[in-house]
This record gives sequence, C-alpha cells and structure tokens, in this order.
Amino acid sequence: MIRVENVSKTFFVPHEVKALDDVSCSVKRGEVVVIIGPSGSGKSTLLRCLNRLEYADTGHIYIDGVDVLDPKTDINKLRAEVGMVFQSFNLFPHKTVLENITLAQLIVRKRAKKEAIEKAMFLLEKVGIPEKANVYPDQLSGGQQQRVAIARALAMDPKVMLFDEPTSALDPEMIGEVLDVMKALAQEGMTMVVVTHEMGFAREVADRVIFMDHGKIVEVGTPEHFFTNPEHERTKLFLSQIL
Amino acid sequence: MAERKVVKRRNRHYFLWIGVFWGVLALGIGLLYFSTLKIEYVWRWYRVPQYFLYKANIEIRADIDGDVVSIKPRSSGVIVKVKGPSDSAEYTVPDQSYLRVQEGDHVFPGDIIGTYSKWKPGLLLVGLYTTLKVSIIGIIFGIFIGLVAGLARISENPAFKWWSIVYIEIIRGSPLLVQIFIWYFVLGTLINTLLAKQGLQQLPPIYYGVASLAFFAGAYVAEIVRAGIQSIHRGQMEAARSLGMTYSQAMRYVILPQAFRRILPPLAGQFISLIKDSSLLGIIAIRELTKATREIVTTSLQPFELWFVCALLYLILTFGLSMLMQYLERRFIIT
Ligand SMILES: Nc1ncnc2c1ncn2[C@@H]1O[C@H](COP(=O)(O)OP(=O)(O)O)[C@@H](O)[C@H]1O
Ligand SMILES: [Mg+2]
Repeated sequence: MIRVENVSKTFFVPHEVKALDDVSCSVKRGEVVVIIGPSGSGKSTLLRCLNRLEYADTGHIYIDGVDVLDPKTDINKLRAEVGMVFQSFNLFPHKTVLENITLAQLIVRKRAKKEAIEKAMFLLEKVGIPEKANVYPDQLSGGQQQRVAIARALAMDPKVMLFDEPTSALDPEMIGEVLDVMKALAQEGMTMVVVTHEMGFAREVADRVIFMDHGKIVEVGTPEHFFTNPEHERTKLFLSQIL
Repeated sequence: MAERKVVKRRNRHYFLWIGVFWGVLALGIGLLYFSTLKIEYVWRWYRVPQYFLYKANIEIRADIDGDVVSIKPRSSGVIVKVKGPSDSAEYTVPDQSYLRVQEGDHVFPGDIIGTYSKWKPGLLLVGLYTTLKVSIIGIIFGIFIGLVAGLARISENPAFKWWSIVYIEIIRGSPLLVQIFIWYFVLGTLINTLLAKQGLQQLPPIYYGVASLAFFAGAYVAEIVRAGIQSIHRGQMEAARSLGMTYSQAMRYVILPQAFRRILPPLAGQFISLIKDSSLLGIIAIRELTKATREIVTTSLQPFELWFVCALLYLILTFGLSMLMQYLERRFIIT
C-alpha cells in the first residue's frame, strides 16, 4: 500500500536539519502502523512527505502504486485518497461542522450536495456527534473538533489515513473519545499510519510499531516486541522515559 | 481596594477635564472669530445654502416666428404647437399654470412660452456627488487590482511576484499628485491621441482620475490583502490541500473568506483615505468637492464659510463611513 524507499529530507531554514535520513519502510493494506520517537525525530516530516505536504529531497514514495514524488503525478487526486488528521485539528473556522465535512466532497469529489450531506451526517453519527452538525468549530471541545476533523478526512473515502499526534493537543479527559474513533476505524480495516505518544493505543491497535530517532528508523517490530524486549539502547531509553 | 480608590480619584477630576476640553475648544473658536472681526471679515452663512440647493428659473423660449395654433394637455405636460409660414415647432411645458401664451398668440424667436422654477442641486452637492462617485468606483477597481496584486505578491511564480513588487513600490514610492499628472498628461494624451487617430471619441479626464485613484489604492490594498492572507494560520492551507483541493480552490473557499474578515477594517481605512485623496483630482479639471468649493469661493467671496463647509462635508463622508464599518464589523465579523 505504502512503500518508502531511501527517503531523505533536509531543512535549511532556520538552520540545517536532516529531518529524514535515508528512511525506508512499508505499510500493507489494512495495517495499522504506529510511529513513535522523541520530539524532533522526523515523525511529522515522514508523514507529511507521504502526501507531499513536504517534498522529499531524494528517494521514492509509492502509495497504491502511485509515485508520489513524480512531478507528473496528479497530487490533488492522490491527496484526496490520503486522509490526514493534524495535531491542531485545522478545521475551517468560518464553516459549520457540516460544511467542513461537505466542502471537499463538493469541490474535489464533485458529489451532489444531497449525497455530500448524507455522507457527512453518516460520518458524524459514526464519530458520535451528529447533533453538532450546524455549529461552528469554535463551539466544540477539542475532542469534538478532532472527531470532526477525522470525519472530514473520511468523507473523501481515503485509502489511507495519516494521523499526526491527533491527541497531543487535547485535555486528558478527551483523549479517550478520539482514540475510540480511531480504534473503530482500525477494526473496520482502514490502513492507518499514526504518530502518537499514546502507548496504550499502540499496544492495543498497532500491527507494527516504528521507532524513529534523529531522522532515522531505529527499530521496527510488533507491539509485544517493543514493550517486552526492545533491542536498541535508544529505544529502551525512550520507552523508559515515556512509560 | 487600591483599584477602587484610583477610579474614585479619576472621577473627581474627570468633569474638570471635560470642562477644560470644551473651554479650550470654545476659546479657539472665539479667538478665530475675534481675529476675523479684526480684519473686518463679514460672515455671511446665509449665502451658503444656495450652493447645496437653489431654485432655478427655467424659461421655455420659442425659436421660430409663428402663431400658437394649439395647446393640448398630455400626461407629460402641455404641448404648445407653433406654426410659422415655413416651419412649425412643438414645445412641452410641464404644467398649465406655467404657460405664458394663449392659443392664437403670435410669437417671435426668443419669446417666452412658459416659465417656472425648479430646485436644482448646487455646486457643493454636485461636487460631493462627484467625490463620492470617483471614490467608490476607485475603491472597487482598487480592491480588484489589490486582490490580484496581493495574490501575485505571495505567489511563488517569480514573474507574478516581481511585477507585483515593482507595481507596489512604484505606487507607494511616488506622490499621488505626480501619478495623477502622469495618468492625465502622459497616458491620457497618448490614449486620447491614439483614439482620435482612430476617429473615436476621447476619454474625459474623470476616467484618468479614477484610474489614478484605483491604481494608487490598489497598491495599498495589495499589501492589506497580503498581510490578511499571511495572518491565516498555515494549517488551514495544509488542511485544505491535504483534502485534495488545488491551490486556487483552497484560496477561494478556505483562505480568502477568513482573510476577508480581517482585511475589512484596514480596507475601510483605505477607502477613507481615498475619499480624502480624491481632493487632488481638481487639478485635472474634475469638479469634485474641493474644486467645486474653490470655484464657489471665487464667485461668492466667502472663503471662510465655504472652506469650513467643505471640510465638514469630507468629515461627514469619512465619519459616516467609519460608523458604517463599525456597524458591519459588529454584525458580520463576530461570528
Ligand atoms: N518546515 C520546517 N522548516 C524547518 N525545519 C523543520 C520544518 N519541519 C520540521 N523541521 C525540523 O525537522 C526536524 C524534524 O521535525 P518533525 O518531523 O516535526 O519531528 P517530530 O514530528 O518527530 O517532532 C526538527 O528538527 C524540526 O525542527
Ligand atoms: Mg511532530
């Protein structure tokens, strides 16, 4: 489903940082991969390279056979197939919850309005807040906003969902409701790449865990492997700090 | 506790300072009035209203030699038919009571057929209207130009970006007066001469005046638009793009609607500036408020009253506009 081959990415501003250093990995269809690692290790950059929000310097990325880094690739078409959920929700504040979920359906997927609204209501039902359809995002709690953001991404019928620390900006009591939605999604067989510090989620839902540090993938394995006998010293240190 | 005390102490002096405010204001006006008496200036405020509205005498005169053969009432007025030996003519008088001729009368060219008086807008009102007109048209085109230039300014395409920078810097770096001269005496001469060569009608000065205002405002609007767009959190563009929207779709549906709410107040300020700047257009023979006032001053010889009235009219326009903006902001922006 996703294949990343020898991808590197260096930022030069404000100072030179090798955010991704020769990263290779792959994600199979229906698999849930959790990426963990200390802050600044390149997790977000890797995720953002997958839908070309960042353009990788070298290497290859394929999603469902499509060459992401090929300039001739219709990037908008590809992005519509790849849902993304951000740490800071990024809902459109000038649009209601319903409009947030229908906008891209209407102008990208070119669906009929009725169909788009039906889809939006179905998804709002699924994330548990159908009664909030006509309010504006700033009237919602953080957890509700993030669930709307997930519904917004799902409305495009993506083949893959990317989550970049979806619960890091939330108050502790709201983390559960968002994770529950993500677990349900995983159970339905959605292919997911999740950057998170929620080790409980990783243990319960992940098929594989990737540990990154300094722009490199240090260790890959099943959750059992990670939480019982991690190989590398860096991994052990990180897990001991976070658990 | 301490806070409350401070408030109390301020209250005690508050009315004193209000008194000082009005006192100084009255003193200023009094001094001005006193010094005008010293130079024997005679204030004649009663002469001012006629420059807003005046009763014009309208006379309908015959232009042929002949007899009034018929007078027929119609919905548009009374039709007076005059028939001469070689030609005939019809004149329309709005009402029966305005008639000065009867059926069978003989009229010579220049004789009055009907006369009446009618309220007409005076020069000040005409000037005010022109000022408002050029400012509104100027700001509409200015917003359009500014939107295009502002989007070009943040574009990654170097051609668009540099054109926009050059345009903005030229406009902001030179006096509006000089720009008006260039529009009228350089571009205007060029365009009008070319039009004349093609046998087409020349463009009146107001076109060049509006163009100079629009391009002038456009440069400032461009910077307002750029700042407005850049004030929208970068995550908005990323969220829109990650859903598969193109750059222009994201701009149109996500970024610009949000930026617009932030742009509106500075845009209103720009419009107010434009109203004031339009006073320069008098130098290319556009009779806006300032030019109209100057013309009236030369005939009425009441400069003091008229310049105050002129300033007051500008003040009414600009103040009215900023009140309207505040109202709109409260209505539409806090949602
Ligand atoms: N847009 C950017 N410009 C400059 N440097 C960046 C940018 N994005 C990320 N970086 C840098 O790249 C490194 C990796 O960042 P990131 O991928 O966000 O890490 P993580 O998500 O694991 O915390 C960091 O050193 C960060 O400062
Ligand atoms: Mg990150």
